[in-house]
Amino acid sequence: MDTSINKDVITRPEDSLGRVITSTINATSVRTAGRIRRSYRQIRTENVFRKTLIIVSLCMVVLILGILFTLIVQAFPSIKALGAGYLWGKTWDPVQDVYGALPFLLGTLLTSFLGLLISLPFSFAVAIFLGEYYPKGWLPNLLKNAVELIAAVPSVIYGFWGLAVLIPMVQSLETKMGVPPVGYGIFSSALVLSIMVIPYSASLGRSMITMVPSSLKEAAYSLGATRWEVIRSVIIPYTKSGLFAGVLLSLGRALGETMAVTMVIGNTTQMPHSIFDTGNTMASVIANELGEADKRVYNAALIELGLVLFFVTVIINVIGKKVIGKFS
Amino acid sequence: MSAQIKYRIGKSAGFQGLTILLASSCVIPLVAILLYIIRAGITKINWSFITNVEKPVGEIGGGVAHALVGSLIIILMAAIVAVPIGILCGIYLGENRNSKLAYWSRLSVDILQGVPSIVIGIVVYIWLVKPFGYSAISGSIALAIMMLPIVVKSTEETLKLLPDNIKEAAYALGMPFHRVILKVILPCGISGILSGVMLSVARIAGETAPLLFTAFGCQFLTTDVRKPMETLPHLIFKYAISPYNDWKDLAWGASLILLIFVLLLNFFTRLITRKWKVQL
Repeated sequence: MDTSINKDVITRPEDSLGRVITSTINATSVRTAGRIRRSYRQIRTENVFRKTLIIVSLCMVVLILGILFTLIVQAFPSIKALGAGYLWGKTWDPVQDVYGALPFLLGTLLTSFLGLLISLPFSFAVAIFLGEYYPKGWLPNLLKNAVELIAAVPSVIYGFWGLAVLIPMVQSLETKMGVPPVGYGIFSSALVLSIMVIPYSASLGRSMITMVPSSLKEAAYSLGATRWEVIRSVIIPYTKSGLFAGVLLSLGRALGETMAVTMVIGNTTQMPHSIFDTGNTMASVIANELGEADKRVYNAALIELGLVLFFVTVIINVIGKKVIGKFS
Repeated sequence: MSAQIKYRIGKSAGFQGLTILLASSCVIPLVAILLYIIRAGITKINWSFITNVEKPVGEIGGGVAHALVGSLIIILMAAIVAVPIGILCGIYLGENRNSKLAYWSRLSVDILQGVPSIVIGIVVYIWLVKPFGYSAISGSIALAIMMLPIVVKSTEETLKLLPDNIKEAAYALGMPFHRVILKVILPCGISGILSGVMLSVARIAGETAPLLFTAFGCQFLTTDVRKPMETLPHLIFKYAISPYNDWKDLAWGASLILLIFVLLLNFFTRLITRKWKVQL
């Protein structure tokens, strides 16, 4: 198609204009033809490029749907065999083919919320410190970078440090409190998690607080409000939804955290009765058992745990992102 | 000054003090971890630590060469897969801000960013390990999926920052779309995109959970990507929970190497982004 058009372009002027001026016309028409051929090639490349972009973006959607579909299909044997009782069953015994996920759901919720509870005062303090009190200067900048570095340290290193440093500390605390000094357990995991999730809510909260219009703050100051009153009755109400989104992102991170928790939680499958008990979270069960789950239902039950985890984190993250999107 | 006002000022000052105290105490765990790992790791690193592979328990002189090589290969393969795809998708999202596909694609990337690493591990285990067995390739694919959202987001954000008149000037000269993107937009935003790539490499370098049942781990120095391969974070996990003290010592050394690598990447990323912001 390309060549025929070019021939057309080359031959037409000769036919219509006669032979008197052929030589000059020929030279220009050859140049034009070259240019046109080049632009045809470019249009084609452009179209290919546009299509590649569309296909690649489509791949993202396909990837997410593929992940969801795979998890549902692979978890299906367990959904069929165990039904809704799976989520409320209290015993997890692969040898007897009894699969109840309640201990792990409870373990995940306990570690995540306890960790979040411990970290919140600190992360909000960082957000207020950097967003309101000292937004500029080298020392706040250092603090900001240090807090962001907390997120950069690999989780396996947190776990190893927790094993070596935190667990002896928790053991001595437990001895003082009169509970069996195991060290491993839900409390230790929550401590490690509380360190790991600080940056997520802190940096989001900081950027939200810096976006509060100064006219609002100045109005409150001119009415005679103190610094604390401005923070409490102007900044926090204004940034409420943003701070909430930060907490959600931290929570999503804590729920899915695997390695650090696996290393310090103790990995036992019974129901936890207190926060000093050993236990297991959904992620740590998968990490420990998926590689050796040979029975079909056992394997599917573990994948169903992954499916639950996927749904919960997706919902939390989508809500969080929506809130942030509305804010900015 | 009335007592009421004094009380309010005192309360304000008290809150400020509390905030400063809590905020600065956030640095304590980070410093504690860094110091502890440097102190525990620095004495373990020597020439044989870097060049030897795993020895049986009790034999001295084991090293982590196999894990270093494995980590490099797996990260490199993951980057080769994820960086082009991520940049292309980022370009699409940056150029078509309001199309329907862009909305769903952006949502997918957001979701992907929140998916726990262990879930990605399960999915890649089902896709690649069940039919083909444990392999370094499956580990790379898992890590590539984790890299994607960061690369996409940083590319999109960088393109959003670029002023429109650069692009319009290029179009006015008659440049076709792909040349405008590849020769004008990408070179202008290269530092932003590069920082995103480095950040994503830093993130996956320490990732262990998806490798547990994909790359799996191996005792030998191997470069065969169709076979299981050891990685640094997986080696740390394996040695850290082992009962042997000399393995734990190796794990401290490996932790220090991993930590230095990750922190250096973060440091350079910060340097680039700072320069980038000044230029704009």
